[in-house]
Amino acid sequence: MLEVKSISKSFDGFKAVNNANLEVEKGEIVAVIGPNGAGKTTLFNLITGILKPDNGKVFFKGEDITGLHPYQVCRKRISRSFQIVNVFQRLTVFENVQVSVLSRQKKTWNLFTPSTKLVIKETNEILESVGLIKKKNRTTALLSHGDRKVLEIAMALGGNPEFLILDEPTAGMAPEETARCIELIKHLSEKLGLTILFCEHDMEIVFGIANRIMVMVRGATIVQGGCDEVRCNQAVQDAYLGRSDVCLM
Amino acid sequence: MLQSMLRGKGLIWGYAGLIILFLLPLILPRFYIYIVSIILLTGLLATSLNLVLGYGGIFQFHHAVFYGVGAYATALMLTRTGLSPWISFIVGPIVSAALGLIMGMICIRLSKLYFAMLQISLGSLVWIIVYRWYSFTGGDDGIHGIPLPEILSSPNGAYYFTLIITLICFLIMYKIVKSPFGSALQGIRDNPVRSEMIGINVKRHQLLALIIAGFFAGVAGFLFVVVDTTVFPDMLFWTLSLEICIMCLLGGWFSFFGPMLGAAIIIVLRTFVSTFTSYWTLVLGILMMFVIFFLPNGVLGYVEEKLHKGLIEPVIKE
Repeated sequence: MLEVKSISKSFDGFKAVNNANLEVEKGEIVAVIGPNGAGKTTLFNLITGILKPDNGKVFFKGEDITGLHPYQVCRKRISRSFQIVNVFQRLTVFENVQVSVLSRQKKTWNLFTPSTKLVIKETNEILESVGLIKKKNRTTALLSHGDRKVLEIAMALGGNPEFLILDEPTAGMAPEETARCIELIKHLSEKLGLTILFCEHDMEIVFGIANRIMVMVRGATIVQGGCDEVRCNQAVQDAYLGRSDVCLM
Repeated sequence: MLQSMLRGKGLIWGYAGLIILFLLPLILPRFYIYIVSIILLTGLLATSLNLVLGYGGIFQFHHAVFYGVGAYATALMLTRTGLSPWISFIVGPIVSAALGLIMGMICIRLSKLYFAMLQISLGSLVWIIVYRWYSFTGGDDGIHGIPLPEILSSPNGAYYFTLIITLICFLIMYKIVKSPFGSALQGIRDNPVRSEMIGINVKRHQLLALIIAGFFAGVAGFLFVVVDTTVFPDMLFWTLSLEICIMCLLGGWFSFFGPMLGAAIIIVLRTFVSTFTSYWTLVLGILMMFVIFFLPNGVLGYVEEKLHKGLIEPVIKE
Protein backbone atom coordinates (compact mmCIF):
# COMPACT_ATOMS: atom_id res chain seq x y z
CA MET A 1 0.00 0.00 0.00
CA LEU A 2 2.82 2.37 0.94
CA GLU A 3 6.22 2.07 -0.62
CA VAL A 4 9.20 4.24 0.22
CA LYS A 5 12.07 3.81 -2.23
CA SER A 6 15.62 4.75 -1.24
CA ILE A 7 14.60 8.10 0.22
CA SER A 8 17.21 10.55 1.54
CA LYS A 9 17.18 13.84 3.37
CA SER A 10 20.08 15.78 4.78
CA PHE A 11 20.20 18.90 6.95
CA ASP A 12 23.33 21.00 6.40
CA GLY A 13 25.28 17.97 5.31
CA PHE A 14 24.01 15.75 8.09
CA LYS A 15 22.26 12.77 6.54
CA ALA A 16 19.18 12.36 8.72
CA VAL A 17 17.65 9.82 6.37
CA ASN A 18 19.98 8.01 4.04
CA ASN A 19 18.59 5.56 1.52
CA ALA A 20 15.71 4.35 3.65
CA ASN A 21 13.32 1.77 2.24
CA LEU A 22 9.97 0.77 3.59
CA GLU A 23 7.05 -1.30 2.44
CA VAL A 24 3.69 -1.54 4.12
CA GLU A 25 0.95 -3.88 2.93
CA LYS A 26 -2.73 -3.17 3.38
CA GLY A 27 -4.06 -4.06 6.81
CA GLU A 28 -0.64 -4.48 8.40
CA ILE A 29 0.76 -2.92 11.53
CA VAL A 30 4.35 -2.00 10.82
CA ALA A 31 6.74 -0.64 13.43
CA VAL A 32 9.80 1.45 12.74
CA ILE A 33 12.42 1.12 15.43
CA GLY A 34 15.91 2.42 15.86
CA PRO A 35 18.11 4.24 18.35
CA ASN A 36 17.52 7.91 19.11
CA GLY A 37 18.36 10.10 16.15
CA ALA A 38 18.03 7.25 13.69
CA GLY A 39 15.75 9.38 11.52
CA LYS A 40 12.37 7.84 12.31
CA THR A 41 10.49 11.10 12.71
CA THR A 42 12.27 12.59 9.69
CA LEU A 43 11.15 9.57 7.66
CA PHE A 44 7.55 10.18 8.73
CA ASN A 45 7.89 13.86 7.88
CA LEU A 46 9.13 12.89 4.43
CA ILE A 47 6.22 10.53 3.85
CA THR A 48 3.62 13.07 4.98
CA GLY A 49 5.07 15.97 3.00
CA ILE A 50 6.17 18.14 5.91
CA LEU A 51 9.71 17.79 4.54
CA LYS A 52 10.70 17.39 0.91
CA PRO A 53 13.12 14.53 0.23
CA ASP A 54 16.46 15.22 -1.48
CA ASN A 55 15.95 12.10 -3.54
CA GLY A 56 13.91 8.94 -3.49
CA LYS A 57 10.22 8.34 -4.00
CA VAL A 58 7.13 7.68 -1.95
CA PHE A 59 4.30 5.70 -3.50
CA PHE A 60 0.86 5.29 -1.98
CA LYS A 61 -1.44 2.73 -3.61
CA GLY A 62 0.82 2.87 -6.64
CA GLU A 63 0.56 6.65 -6.91
CA ASP A 64 3.63 8.85 -6.59
CA ILE A 65 3.02 11.19 -3.65
CA THR A 66 6.60 12.46 -3.32
CA GLY A 67 6.75 16.18 -2.61
CA LEU A 68 3.01 16.76 -2.20
CA HIS A 69 1.97 19.31 0.42
CA PRO A 70 0.84 17.86 3.75
CA TYR A 71 -2.78 18.83 3.10
CA GLN A 72 -2.69 17.02 -0.23
CA VAL A 73 -1.19 13.94 1.40
CA CYS A 74 -3.96 14.08 3.99
CA ARG A 75 -6.57 14.08 1.24
CA LYS A 76 -5.10 10.80 -0.04
CA ARG A 77 -6.37 9.49 3.31
CA ILE A 78 -3.04 9.31 5.07
CA SER A 79 -3.25 10.73 8.60
CA ARG A 80 -0.63 11.05 11.27
CA SER A 81 -0.15 11.86 14.91
CA PHE A 82 2.89 13.64 16.23
CA GLN A 83 5.53 12.64 18.75
CA ILE A 84 5.56 16.01 20.43
CA VAL A 85 1.97 16.80 21.27
CA ASN A 86 0.63 18.94 18.50
CA VAL A 87 -2.96 19.92 19.18
CA PHE A 88 -4.92 23.16 19.04
CA GLN A 89 -4.30 24.56 22.51
CA ARG A 90 -7.09 27.11 22.70
CA LEU A 91 -9.83 24.89 21.35
CA THR A 92 -11.78 22.26 23.26
CA VAL A 93 -11.26 18.54 22.74
CA PHE A 94 -14.45 18.45 20.71
CA GLU A 95 -13.43 21.36 18.49
CA ASN A 96 -10.02 19.83 17.86
CA VAL A 97 -11.56 16.73 16.35
CA GLN A 98 -14.36 18.70 14.72
CA VAL A 99 -11.93 20.84 12.72
CA SER A 100 -10.33 17.69 11.46
CA VAL A 101 -13.69 16.24 10.36
CA LEU A 102 -14.75 19.55 8.79
CA SER A 103 -11.52 19.67 6.87
CA ARG A 104 -11.97 16.13 5.56
CA GLN A 105 -15.46 17.01 4.35
CA LYS A 106 -14.04 20.16 2.75
CA LYS A 107 -16.37 22.36 4.77
CA THR A 108 -13.76 24.82 6.01
CA TRP A 109 -14.61 27.29 3.25
CA ASN A 110 -18.09 27.62 4.66
CA LEU A 111 -18.31 31.12 6.11
CA PHE A 112 -21.81 31.37 7.44
CA THR A 113 -23.15 28.12 8.90
CA PRO A 114 -22.37 27.93 12.60
CA SER A 115 -19.82 25.20 13.35
CA THR A 116 -21.96 24.12 16.27
CA LYS A 117 -24.46 22.64 13.84
CA LEU A 118 -22.05 20.65 11.70
CA VAL A 119 -20.55 17.15 11.91
CA ILE A 120 -21.60 16.73 15.56
CA LYS A 121 -22.42 13.05 15.14
CA GLU A 122 -19.21 12.09 13.37
CA THR A 123 -17.08 13.97 15.91
CA ASN A 124 -18.86 12.36 18.85
CA GLU A 125 -18.40 8.92 17.31
CA ILE A 126 -14.66 9.43 17.03
CA LEU A 127 -14.41 10.74 20.59
CA GLU A 128 -16.48 7.79 21.76
CA SER A 129 -14.22 5.29 20.02
CA VAL A 130 -11.06 6.67 21.60
CA GLY A 131 -12.65 7.17 25.02
CA LEU A 132 -12.47 10.94 25.26
CA ILE A 133 -16.20 11.63 25.08
CA LYS A 134 -16.50 12.56 28.77
CA LYS A 135 -13.80 15.19 28.43
CA LYS A 136 -15.02 16.69 25.19
CA ASN A 137 -15.76 20.16 26.52
CA ARG A 138 -12.40 20.75 28.15
CA THR A 139 -9.83 22.93 26.52
CA THR A 140 -6.83 20.83 25.58
CA ALA A 141 -4.63 22.81 27.93
CA LEU A 142 -6.43 21.08 30.80
CA LEU A 143 -5.84 17.52 29.54
CA SER A 144 -3.28 15.12 30.92
CA HIS A 145 -0.36 14.26 28.66
CA GLY A 146 -1.75 10.81 27.98
CA ASP A 147 -5.15 12.19 26.99
CA ARG A 148 -3.51 14.66 24.64
CA LYS A 149 -1.66 11.84 22.93
CA VAL A 150 -4.99 10.06 22.47
CA LEU A 151 -6.50 13.29 21.18
CA GLU A 152 -3.67 13.33 18.64
CA ILE A 153 -4.89 9.98 17.36
CA ALA A 154 -8.52 11.14 17.43
CA MET A 155 -7.63 14.13 15.26
CA ALA A 156 -5.83 11.86 12.83
CA LEU A 157 -8.98 9.71 12.69
CA GLY A 158 -11.03 12.79 11.84
CA GLY A 159 -9.46 12.68 8.39
CA ASN A 160 -11.12 9.27 7.85
CA PRO A 161 -7.78 7.68 6.98
CA GLU A 162 -6.98 4.35 5.40
CA PHE A 163 -3.40 4.70 6.46
CA LEU A 164 -2.46 5.92 9.91
CA ILE A 165 1.03 7.02 10.95
CA LEU A 166 1.67 7.23 14.68
CA ASP A 167 4.89 8.82 15.88
CA GLU A 168 5.68 7.31 19.31
CA PRO A 169 2.03 7.05 20.36
CA THR A 170 2.79 5.99 23.93
CA ALA A 171 5.81 8.17 24.69
CA GLY A 172 5.56 9.69 28.14
CA MET A 173 2.38 7.80 29.06
CA ALA A 174 1.70 6.21 32.44
CA PRO A 175 1.57 2.36 32.36
CA GLU A 176 -2.24 2.13 32.42
CA GLU A 177 -2.50 4.82 29.73
CA THR A 178 -0.04 2.86 27.64
CA ALA A 179 -2.14 -0.26 27.99
CA ARG A 180 -5.25 1.69 26.93
CA CYS A 181 -3.42 3.15 23.96
CA ILE A 182 -2.26 -0.28 22.78
CA GLU A 183 -5.82 -1.53 23.02
CA LEU A 184 -6.89 1.45 20.93
CA ILE A 185 -4.28 0.78 18.24
CA LYS A 186 -5.30 -2.88 18.06
CA HIS A 187 -8.94 -1.85 17.88
CA LEU A 188 -8.23 0.55 15.00
CA SER A 189 -6.41 -2.14 13.11
CA GLU A 190 -8.89 -4.95 13.71
CA LYS A 191 -12.25 -3.18 13.73
CA LEU A 192 -11.67 -0.33 11.31
CA GLY A 193 -9.19 -2.18 9.15
CA LEU A 194 -6.67 0.63 9.20
CA THR A 195 -3.15 0.12 8.01
CA ILE A 196 -0.86 1.46 10.71
CA LEU A 197 2.75 2.57 10.61
CA PHE A 198 4.23 3.58 13.93
CA CYS A 199 7.52 4.10 15.66
CA GLU A 200 8.16 3.32 19.27
CA HIS A 201 10.99 2.80 21.74
CA ASP A 202 9.17 0.34 23.99
CA MET A 203 10.12 -3.09 22.58
CA GLU A 204 7.34 -4.82 24.46
CA ILE A 205 4.79 -2.78 22.54
CA VAL A 206 6.61 -3.17 19.26
CA PHE A 207 6.86 -6.94 19.45
CA GLY A 208 3.40 -7.13 20.97
CA ILE A 209 1.39 -5.50 18.19
CA ALA A 210 3.52 -5.15 15.05
CA ASN A 211 3.18 -7.61 12.19
CA ARG A 212 6.44 -6.51 10.73
CA ILE A 213 9.30 -4.32 11.86
CA MET A 214 11.65 -1.99 10.03
CA VAL A 215 14.90 -1.12 11.75
CA MET A 216 16.65 2.15 11.06
CA VAL A 217 20.15 3.07 12.10
CA ARG A 218 21.79 6.36 11.20
CA GLY A 219 19.12 7.11 8.63
CA ALA A 220 19.41 3.84 6.73
CA THR A 221 17.17 0.80 6.69
CA ILE A 222 19.04 -2.16 8.14
CA VAL A 223 16.34 -4.73 7.83
CA GLN A 224 12.62 -5.07 7.37
CA GLY A 225 10.90 -8.29 8.28
CA GLY A 226 8.82 -10.28 10.73
CA CYS A 227 9.39 -10.02 14.47
CA ASP A 228 11.49 -13.14 14.79
CA GLU A 229 13.60 -12.29 11.81
CA VAL A 230 14.36 -8.87 13.26
CA ARG A 231 14.95 -10.20 16.75
CA CYS A 232 17.69 -12.53 15.62
CA ASN A 233 19.26 -10.28 13.02
CA GLN A 234 22.92 -9.71 13.69
CA ALA A 235 23.00 -6.12 12.39
CA VAL A 236 20.09 -5.14 14.62
CA GLN A 237 21.72 -6.63 17.67
CA ASP A 238 24.93 -4.82 16.88
CA ALA A 239 23.09 -1.53 16.56
CA TYR A 240 21.24 -1.88 19.85
CA LEU A 241 23.60 -3.85 22.04
CA GLY A 242 26.99 -3.53 20.49
CA ARG A 243 28.59 -6.80 19.30
CA SER A 244 27.04 -9.81 20.99
CA ASP A 245 25.56 -13.14 20.14
CA VAL A 246 22.41 -13.13 22.28
CA CYS A 247 19.01 -12.52 20.76
CA LEU A 248 17.47 -9.10 21.31
CA MET A 249 15.17 -9.45 24.32
CA MET B 1 -29.50 38.12 16.06
CA LEU B 2 -28.18 38.95 19.50
CA GLN B 3 -29.37 35.64 20.85
CA SER B 4 -26.69 33.78 18.95
CA MET B 5 -23.96 35.98 20.40
CA LEU B 6 -24.93 36.33 24.02
CA ARG B 7 -26.67 34.28 26.67
CA GLY B 8 -28.51 34.91 29.94
CA LYS B 9 -27.52 38.17 31.56
CA GLY B 10 -25.28 39.00 28.63
CA LEU B 11 -28.32 39.07 26.37
CA ILE B 12 -30.09 41.60 28.59
CA TRP B 13 -26.97 43.77 28.68
CA GLY B 14 -26.70 43.43 24.92
CA TYR B 15 -30.26 44.64 24.35
CA ALA B 16 -29.84 47.42 26.89
CA GLY B 17 -26.66 48.52 25.16
CA LEU B 18 -28.35 48.52 21.76
CA ILE B 19 -31.29 50.59 23.00
CA ILE B 20 -28.94 53.08 24.62
CA LEU B 21 -26.91 53.34 21.42
CA PHE B 22 -30.04 54.08 19.42
CA LEU B 23 -31.30 56.66 21.93
CA LEU B 24 -27.96 58.44 22.42
CA PRO B 25 -28.57 61.25 19.89
CA LEU B 26 -31.61 62.31 21.94
CA ILE B 27 -29.51 62.72 25.06
CA LEU B 28 -25.99 63.64 24.09
CA PRO B 29 -24.72 66.83 22.47
CA ARG B 30 -23.32 66.76 18.97
CA PHE B 31 -19.65 66.47 19.95
CA TYR B 32 -20.23 63.28 21.95
CA ILE B 33 -22.26 61.75 19.16
CA TYR B 34 -19.28 62.35 16.92
CA ILE B 35 -16.99 60.62 19.45
CA VAL B 36 -19.32 57.64 19.74
CA SER B 37 -19.40 57.34 15.94
CA ILE B 38 -15.61 57.35 15.86
CA ILE B 39 -15.52 54.70 18.60
CA LEU B 40 -17.92 52.52 16.63
CA LEU B 41 -16.00 52.68 13.38
CA THR B 42 -12.60 52.34 15.07
CA GLY B 43 -13.98 49.36 16.98
CA LEU B 44 -15.02 47.88 13.66
CA LEU B 45 -11.50 48.49 12.33
CA ALA B 46 -9.90 46.87 15.40
CA THR B 47 -12.25 43.91 15.20
CA SER B 48 -11.41 43.42 11.52
CA LEU B 49 -7.74 43.31 12.49
CA ASN B 50 -8.55 40.86 15.25
CA LEU B 51 -10.02 38.44 12.70
CA VAL B 52 -6.49 37.88 11.42
CA LEU B 53 -4.51 38.75 14.56
CA GLY B 54 -6.44 37.14 17.41
CA TYR B 55 -8.31 34.46 15.49
CA GLY B 56 -5.86 33.84 12.67
CA GLY B 57 -2.56 34.38 14.45
CA ILE B 58 -1.28 36.39 11.49
CA PHE B 59 0.84 39.36 12.50
CA GLN B 60 -0.77 41.97 10.32
CA PHE B 61 1.01 44.90 11.96
CA HIS B 62 0.13 47.45 9.31
CA HIS B 63 -3.61 47.13 9.17
CA ALA B 64 -4.37 50.84 8.91
CA VAL B 65 -3.43 50.71 5.22
CA PHE B 66 -6.69 48.98 4.39
CA TYR B 67 -8.63 51.49 6.45
CA GLY B 68 -6.95 54.41 4.72
CA VAL B 69 -7.22 52.92 1.25
CA GLY B 70 -10.91 52.22 1.79
CA ALA B 71 -11.43 55.79 2.93
CA TYR B 72 -9.41 57.27 0.06
CA ALA B 73 -11.13 55.09 -2.54
CA THR B 74 -14.51 56.27 -1.29
CA ALA B 75 -13.42 59.90 -1.02
CA LEU B 76 -11.91 59.94 -4.52
CA MET B 77 -15.03 58.36 -5.98
CA LEU B 78 -17.20 60.93 -4.23
CA THR B 79 -15.14 63.95 -5.26
CA ARG B 80 -13.95 62.97 -8.73
CA THR B 81 -16.77 60.96 -10.27
CA GLY B 82 -20.40 61.69 -10.72
CA LEU B 83 -21.45 58.22 -9.68
CA SER B 84 -24.01 57.67 -6.97
CA PRO B 85 -22.41 58.03 -3.50
CA TRP B 86 -23.85 54.66 -2.51
CA ILE B 87 -21.69 53.02 -5.17
CA SER B 88 -18.61 54.76 -3.71
CA PHE B 89 -19.43 53.25 -0.34
CA ILE B 90 -19.27 49.78 -1.83
CA VAL B 91 -16.18 50.52 -3.91
CA GLY B 92 -14.11 51.53 -0.85
CA PRO B 93 -14.25 48.16 0.92
CA ILE B 94 -13.84 46.29 -2.37
CA VAL B 95 -10.64 48.20 -3.17
CA SER B 96 -9.40 47.44 0.36
CA ALA B 97 -10.21 43.76 -0.06
CA ALA B 98 -8.37 43.74 -3.41
CA LEU B 99 -5.36 45.33 -1.73
CA GLY B 100 -5.68 42.69 0.99
CA LEU B 101 -5.51 40.04 -1.72
CA ILE B 102 -2.45 41.56 -3.41
CA MET B 103 -0.50 42.25 -0.23
CA GLY B 104 -1.60 38.93 1.20
CA MET B 105 -0.35 37.02 -1.84
CA ILE B 106 3.06 38.64 -1.47
CA CYS B 107 3.35 38.39 2.33
CA ILE B 108 1.74 35.02 2.96
CA ARG B 109 4.89 33.21 1.82
CA LEU B 110 6.43 34.28 5.09
CA SER B 111 5.15 33.64 8.56
CA LYS B 112 5.13 35.26 11.99
CA LEU B 113 7.47 38.25 12.37
CA TYR B 114 8.84 37.96 8.84
CA PHE B 115 5.30 38.39 7.59
CA ALA B 116 4.93 41.41 9.86
CA MET B 117 8.11 43.06 8.57
CA LEU B 118 7.21 42.62 4.92
CA GLN B 119 3.66 43.74 5.56
CA ILE B 120 4.81 46.91 7.31
CA SER B 121 7.16 47.69 4.42
CA LEU B 122 4.51 47.18 1.76
CA GLY B 123 2.03 49.18 3.81
CA SER B 124 4.48 52.05 4.16
CA LEU B 125 4.93 51.95 0.41
CA VAL B 126 1.21 52.53 -0.04
CA TRP B 127 1.36 55.32 2.53
CA ILE B 128 4.18 57.12 0.73
CA ILE B 129 2.29 56.92 -2.57
CA VAL B 130 -0.76 58.51 -0.98
CA TYR B 131 1.42 61.05 0.80
CA ARG B 132 3.39 62.18 -2.26
CA TRP B 133 0.93 61.94 -5.12
CA TYR B 134 -0.38 65.46 -4.74
CA SER B 135 -2.27 65.68 -8.01
CA PHE B 136 -4.35 62.58 -7.26
CA THR B 137 -4.68 62.21 -3.50
CA GLY B 138 -4.06 65.76 -2.34
CA GLY B 139 -0.83 64.70 -0.62
CA ASP B 140 -0.52 65.66 3.02
CA ASP B 141 -3.46 68.04 2.72
CA GLY B 142 -5.78 65.11 2.28
CA ILE B 143 -9.25 65.68 0.88
CA HIS B 144 -11.71 67.93 2.66
CA GLY B 145 -15.36 68.71 2.44
CA ILE B 146 -16.34 65.48 0.75
CA PRO B 147 -19.92 65.75 -0.50
CA LEU B 148 -22.33 63.27 1.03
CA PRO B 149 -25.93 62.33 0.34
CA GLU B 150 -28.29 64.62 2.21
CA ILE B 151 -29.54 61.93 4.57
CA LEU B 152 -26.00 61.43 5.89
CA SER B 153 -24.88 65.02 6.15
CA SER B 154 -26.53 65.65 9.50
CA PRO B 155 -24.54 64.38 12.51
CA ASN B 156 -27.40 62.14 13.61
CA GLY B 157 -27.81 60.72 10.10
CA ALA B 158 -24.11 59.87 10.00
CA TYR B 159 -24.34 58.40 13.49
CA TYR B 160 -27.25 56.11 12.73
CA PHE B 161 -25.69 55.07 9.44
CA THR B 162 -22.42 54.21 11.22
CA LEU B 163 -24.24 52.36 13.98
CA ILE B 164 -26.30 50.24 11.62
CA ILE B 165 -23.41 49.39 9.28
CA THR B 166 -21.18 48.56 12.27
CA LEU B 167 -23.83 46.29 13.74
CA ILE B 168 -24.30 44.48 10.43
CA CYS B 169 -20.53 44.04 10.04
CA PHE B 170 -20.22 42.76 13.59
CA LEU B 171 -22.93 40.22 12.92
CA ILE B 172 -21.23 39.03 9.74
CA MET B 173 -17.81 38.85 11.37
CA TYR B 174 -19.26 36.98 14.31
CA LYS B 175 -20.82 34.48 11.93
CA ILE B 176 -17.49 34.04 10.18
CA VAL B 177 -15.65 33.47 13.46
CA LYS B 178 -18.14 30.80 14.48
CA SER B 179 -18.26 29.13 11.07
CA PRO B 180 -16.16 26.15 9.99
CA PHE B 181 -13.84 28.66 8.32
CA GLY B 182 -13.43 30.39 11.68
CA SER B 183 -12.71 27.07 13.38
CA ALA B 184 -10.11 26.23 10.77
CA LEU B 185 -8.56 29.67 11.16
CA GLN B 186 -8.28 29.23 14.92
CA GLY B 187 -6.72 25.84 14.36
CA ILE B 188 -4.17 27.42 12.05
CA ARG B 189 -3.44 30.05 14.69
CA ASP B 190 -2.78 27.41 17.33
CA ASN B 191 -0.80 25.09 15.12
CA PRO B 192 -0.20 25.57 11.39
CA VAL B 193 1.73 22.33 10.91
CA ARG B 194 -0.99 20.27 12.48
CA SER B 195 -3.68 22.09 10.48
CA GLU B 196 -1.88 21.27 7.28
CA MET B 197 -1.69 17.64 8.37
CA ILE B 198 -5.44 17.37 8.86
CA GLY B 199 -5.93 18.53 5.30
CA ILE B 200 -6.30 22.30 5.60
CA ASN B 201 -4.65 24.42 2.93
CA VAL B 202 -3.17 26.84 5.43
CA LYS B 203 -1.97 29.57 3.07
CA ARG B 204 -5.27 29.82 1.21
CA HIS B 205 -7.29 30.04 4.40
CA GLN B 206 -4.97 32.75 5.68
CA LEU B 207 -5.26 34.62 2.40
CA LEU B 208 -9.05 34.59 2.54
CA ALA B 209 -8.86 35.83 6.14
CA LEU B 210 -6.64 38.71 5.01
CA ILE B 211 -9.09 39.62 2.25
CA ILE B 212 -12.02 39.58 4.67
CA ALA B 213 -10.10 41.67 7.20
CA GLY B 214 -9.16 44.13 4.45
CA PHE B 215 -12.79 44.40 3.40
CA PHE B 216 -14.07 45.26 6.86
CA ALA B 217 -11.20 47.70 7.42
CA GLY B 218 -12.37 49.34 4.18
CA VAL B 219 -15.89 49.55 5.59
CA ALA B 220 -14.49 51.33 8.64
CA GLY B 221 -12.64 53.61 6.22
CA PHE B 222 -15.73 54.72 4.32
CA LEU B 223 -17.59 55.17 7.61
CA PHE B 224 -14.88 57.62 8.62
CA VAL B 225 -15.53 59.55 5.41
CA VAL B 226 -19.22 59.65 6.29
CA VAL B 227 -18.61 60.80 9.86
CA ASP B 228 -15.72 63.20 9.28
CA THR B 229 -16.06 64.16 5.57
CA THR B 230 -12.25 64.27 5.34
CA VAL B 231 -9.41 61.89 4.57
CA PHE B 232 -5.73 62.44 5.28
CA PRO B 233 -2.53 60.39 4.85
CA ASP B 234 -2.17 59.78 8.60
CA MET B 235 -4.98 57.27 8.21
CA LEU B 236 -2.46 54.97 6.52
CA PHE B 237 0.50 55.76 8.76
CA TRP B 238 1.98 52.91 10.78
CA THR B 239 1.44 54.65 14.12
CA LEU B 240 -2.28 54.21 13.62
CA SER B 241 -1.69 50.52 12.89
CA LEU B 242 0.15 50.26 16.17
CA GLU B 243 -2.74 51.94 17.92
CA ILE B 244 -5.18 49.40 16.47
CA CYS B 245 -2.94 46.54 17.62
CA ILE B 246 -2.92 48.08 21.10
CA MET B 247 -6.72 48.24 21.02
CA CYS B 248 -6.84 44.49 20.34
CA LEU B 249 -4.36 43.70 23.13
CA LEU B 250 -5.96 46.09 25.59
CA GLY B 251 -9.52 44.87 25.06
CA GLY B 252 -8.58 41.23 24.70
CA TRP B 253 -7.61 39.65 21.43
CA PHE B 254 -9.15 36.28 22.19
CA SER B 255 -12.59 37.78 22.82
CA PHE B 256 -14.80 38.84 19.96
CA PHE B 257 -15.84 42.16 21.51
CA GLY B 258 -12.45 42.84 23.09
CA PRO B 259 -11.09 45.09 20.33
CA MET B 260 -14.28 47.17 20.40
CA LEU B 261 -13.78 47.76 24.12
CA GLY B 262 -10.10 48.53 23.50
CA ALA B 263 -11.07 51.07 20.85
CA ALA B 264 -13.51 52.71 23.24
CA ILE B 265 -10.90 52.92 26.01
CA ILE B 266 -8.23 54.44 23.77
CA ILE B 267 -10.51 56.96 22.10
CA VAL B 268 -12.02 58.06 25.39
CA LEU B 269 -8.51 58.48 26.82
CA ARG B 270 -7.34 60.39 23.77
CA THR B 271 -10.35 62.66 23.79
CA PHE B 272 -10.65 63.43 27.48
CA VAL B 273 -7.18 63.00 28.96
CA SER B 274 -5.62 65.02 26.15
CA THR B 275 -7.68 68.03 27.32
CA PHE B 276 -5.71 67.92 30.59
CA THR B 277 -2.29 67.03 29.27
CA SER B 278 -0.68 66.56 25.91
CA TYR B 279 1.13 63.55 27.38
CA TRP B 280 -1.99 61.40 27.24
CA THR B 281 -0.01 58.54 25.71
CA LEU B 282 1.82 58.33 29.04
CA VAL B 283 -1.45 57.36 30.68
CA LEU B 284 -2.04 54.85 27.88
CA GLY B 285 1.47 53.44 28.34
CA ILE B 286 1.01 52.92 32.07
CA LEU B 287 -2.41 51.37 31.48
CA MET B 288 -0.90 49.07 28.88
CA MET B 289 1.78 47.91 31.31
CA PHE B 290 -0.84 47.07 33.89
CA VAL B 291 -2.85 45.15 31.33
CA ILE B 292 0.18 43.14 30.20
CA PHE B 293 1.20 42.28 33.76
CA PHE B 294 -2.17 41.64 35.34
CA LEU B 295 -4.65 40.99 32.55
CA PRO B 296 -2.70 39.13 29.86
CA ASN B 297 -5.96 38.27 28.08
CA GLY B 298 -7.04 41.91 27.96
CA VAL B 299 -9.78 43.69 29.85
CA LEU B 300 -12.68 41.78 28.32
CA GLY B 301 -10.71 38.54 28.41
CA TYR B 302 -10.38 39.06 32.17
CA VAL B 303 -14.09 39.76 32.61
CA GLU B 304 -15.02 36.68 30.61
CA GLU B 305 -12.64 34.59 32.67
CA LYS B 306 -14.33 35.78 35.87
CA LEU B 307 -17.80 35.16 34.50
CA HIS B 308 -17.00 31.67 33.24
CA LYS B 309 -15.15 30.57 36.34
CA GLY B 310 -18.27 28.98 37.78
CA LEU B 311 -18.65 27.00 34.55
CA ILE B 312 -15.10 25.81 34.11
CA GLU B 313 -14.18 24.74 37.62
CA PRO B 314 -16.56 21.80 38.02
CA VAL B 315 -15.21 20.40 34.78
CA ILE B 316 -11.69 20.43 36.16
CA LYS B 317 -12.76 18.69 39.37
CA GLU B 318 -14.87 16.08 37.59
